Amino acid sequence: MTDLDTFRLETRAWLEENCPPSMREPVRSDEDVCWGGRNYRPANPEQKQWLDRMATRGWTVPDWPKEYGGGGLSPEETKVLRSEMARIRARNPLNSFGISMLGPALLKYGTEEQKLEHLPPIARGEIRWCQGYSEPNAGSDLAALATSAESDGDDYIVNGQKVWTSYADKADWIFCLVRTSKESKQGGISFLLFDMKTPGVSTKPILLISGYSPFCETFFDNVRVPKRNRVHEENRGWDVAKYLLGHEREMISGMGLASSGRNPLIEGAIATVGLDHDGRLADPLLRAQIAQFEVRAHAFGAMSERFIDELKHGRAHPAQPSMMKYYGTELNKQRHELMMAAGGSDALEWESERSNGGAPARAWLRTKANSIEGGTSEVQLNIVAKRILELPGA
Amino acid sequence: MPLFLNDEQTMLRDTARDFVADAAPVSHLRSLRDADDPTGFSRDLWKQFAEMGFIGILIPDDQGGLGLGHVEAGVVLEEIGRNLSPSPFLTTAVAAVEALRGTPHAERWFPGIVEGSTVAALAIDERAKHGDGVGLRAERSGNGFRLSGAKQFVTHGHVADLLIVAARTAGSDADEQGVTLFAVEKGAAGLSASPERLTDSSIAARLQFEGVEVTADAVIGEVDAGRDPLNRLLRAGRTGASAEMLGVGAGAMDMTMGYLKERKQFGTVIGSYQALQHRAAHLYSEMEVARAAVLKAQQMLDAAKNDGADENADHAVSVAKAMSGAATTLSVQEGIQMHGGIGMTDEYDIGFYMKRQRVLAEMFGDANYHADRIARMAGY
Repeated sequence: MTDLDTFRLETRAWLEENCPPSMREPVRSDEDVCWGGRNYRPANPEQKQWLDRMATRGWTVPDWPKEYGGGGLSPEETKVLRSEMARIRARNPLNSFGISMLGPALLKYGTEEQKLEHLPPIARGEIRWCQGYSEPNAGSDLAALATSAESDGDDYIVNGQKVWTSYADKADWIFCLVRTSKESKQGGISFLLFDMKTPGVSTKPILLISGYSPFCETFFDNVRVPKRNRVHEENRGWDVAKYLLGHEREMISGMGLASSGRNPLIEGAIATVGLDHDGRLADPLLRAQIAQFEVRAHAFGAMSERFIDELKHGRAHPAQPSMMKYYGTELNKQRHELMMAAGGSDALEWESERSNGGAPARAWLRTKANSIEGGTSEVQLNIVAKRILELPGA
Repeated sequence: MPLFLNDEQTMLRDTARDFVADAAPVSHLRSLRDADDPTGFSRDLWKQFAEMGFIGILIPDDQGGLGLGHVEAGVVLEEIGRNLSPSPFLTTAVAAVEALRGTPHAERWFPGIVEGSTVAALAIDERAKHGDGVGLRAERSGNGFRLSGAKQFVTHGHVADLLIVAARTAGSDADEQGVTLFAVEKGAAGLSASPERLTDSSIAARLQFEGVEVTADAVIGEVDAGRDPLNRLLRAGRTGASAEMLGVGAGAMDMTMGYLKERKQFGTVIGSYQALQHRAAHLYSEMEVARAAVLKAQQMLDAAKNDGADENADHAVSVAKAMSGAATTLSVQEGIQMHGGIGMTDEYDIGFYMKRQRVLAEMFGDANYHADRIARMAGY
């Protein structure tokens, strides 16, 4: 038996014993997702228990080094852990922009002090982060951002506005792109970290077509940020931003994955349309559409496995996250279109208890942002065309 | 096992890429077609495949082969696809070898297959669309069987030394059980073949079986339990066809990307136009996803060979065939459209890619067949 086989058996046994039963149920609503943070209120005691048990082993961030709260696992061991979690359908113990976005950037660009200060609280789910990137006049053209950071001794004074800041009203800290020089567009940007409780920071939720307000406008009015909270050199923040966007795209691309086992799309269609005497979905055109979709969703599952393997072994093309983001988000939109078609008029209810407060329709509308946030599909296709296919610039 | 080619597989790919591009580039296919070659492939080329050791990739090393897996077979098939090289690799070295593996027929046929003197063909399909039904009858006759019925789309069927024939020994056409697989030798009395040249210049035969007598030794596996070797054959054939098709799609895409960087209109290369860039990037995405799905199926088949759980691989195989079919259809369609008028000419190679892709997409079930199969496996 290889070391990896031993690790698999031990991991399986540990998960069996430590993953509470309710944490093996599918995620049904936003409440079922644990985001951690200072204001975290567990949906139930088992959710907190699961987070703490995993965090104690460093398994909320299995491949981070142990000194920063991680599990210190190799890429192969991490893959085993993920597959063993998938096997018992264990929920992700902690969803976090700190894990998926800031963490990798800090590991690459942060100072030792910054890593020790920020990474362990991320791993334990104690601090919830938000991302201050987009501005009213800097969307797809992100480097046009104007939020300013003026030098004032050991501090910066930050003024300006961000928009589409996910969960800014719930976050404890922000990682934020600011302009420290007007000399150069990309070369005048710096990357700052600060507490959302700092005087001068205010947020205003934006009501979306889904009826939810996951995004905010975030305002900075003479916000004082110590220079030691700047990641990487002054005016080199674009390096960090780009690196981090790659990780954000990875995370968003994960939305297109086919769920293993129980599949809400198929179950939903069977519930509304029924099966014929041959055991086929009684609506043949809907069945065909679902089947064609499932081919792509399963193939994309293989692509995600391949991408992660290539990434961990340093073989992925640096622009491949753009392809993943494009494909995964377009798939996720298709899935929710099909779920609405499968649900029929049941899925149209907006407030009823039966529809869990309009969950299917609201989730469907939410997915429309997938191909906009983190760089639109069109921007991703531009990047693939230029950096991977090496087609000439327009 | 990471989902990318390991170092040995990458070396094999480089070797196969150089060899196939050198020995059988697209011009080789063109010259066979222009000469109206009646065989459908070059026997000299097939001997060269044997000398390279490629034909025995899936044959165990104690039976004269290389004892490698479907990933390695797929590596060679992809280069065959990229160069549109006519060869019996898919039918003989992949599908037939998997059907015969572990049976007494292996000892009889593997030596000839390895040295490139034996060509096998697959008599599976009875209708224009691939399906699961088997209607060709095999009735008991003395110690053996008498085969009566018809098969079609039998690539190399008019020249094959060995035919793998799916026949019905019990029940009715659509039944799952009651199928028996036979190894029928060339020249059997009552067997006639009508070769038909297909769109891609390959040759497939329509076969007539009029009371063809075979002995009981011709049975592959067990009587009435032929679905086992047939499914082995189909899993390997479908995965192999996906790999070859991936090579066709990749070859077409490379040509198209080259053309986008070279062809000028309105004073600039057409590849600088965003309308084409987005379509090119979308095509790249589809091809990457298809490549991952094919490699996943190959790895699962190889893993299944070790722990015997072949059915787990079945789903991955259908995903691979359906996805590679869809992605490469897009690749050849965009290939012709983006080439414009020159893409419609016989003189230019891109049209050959479209024709070959169409044949491979149909072989062993098209994308719709496999999407339906995935739905049935998931219970809807």
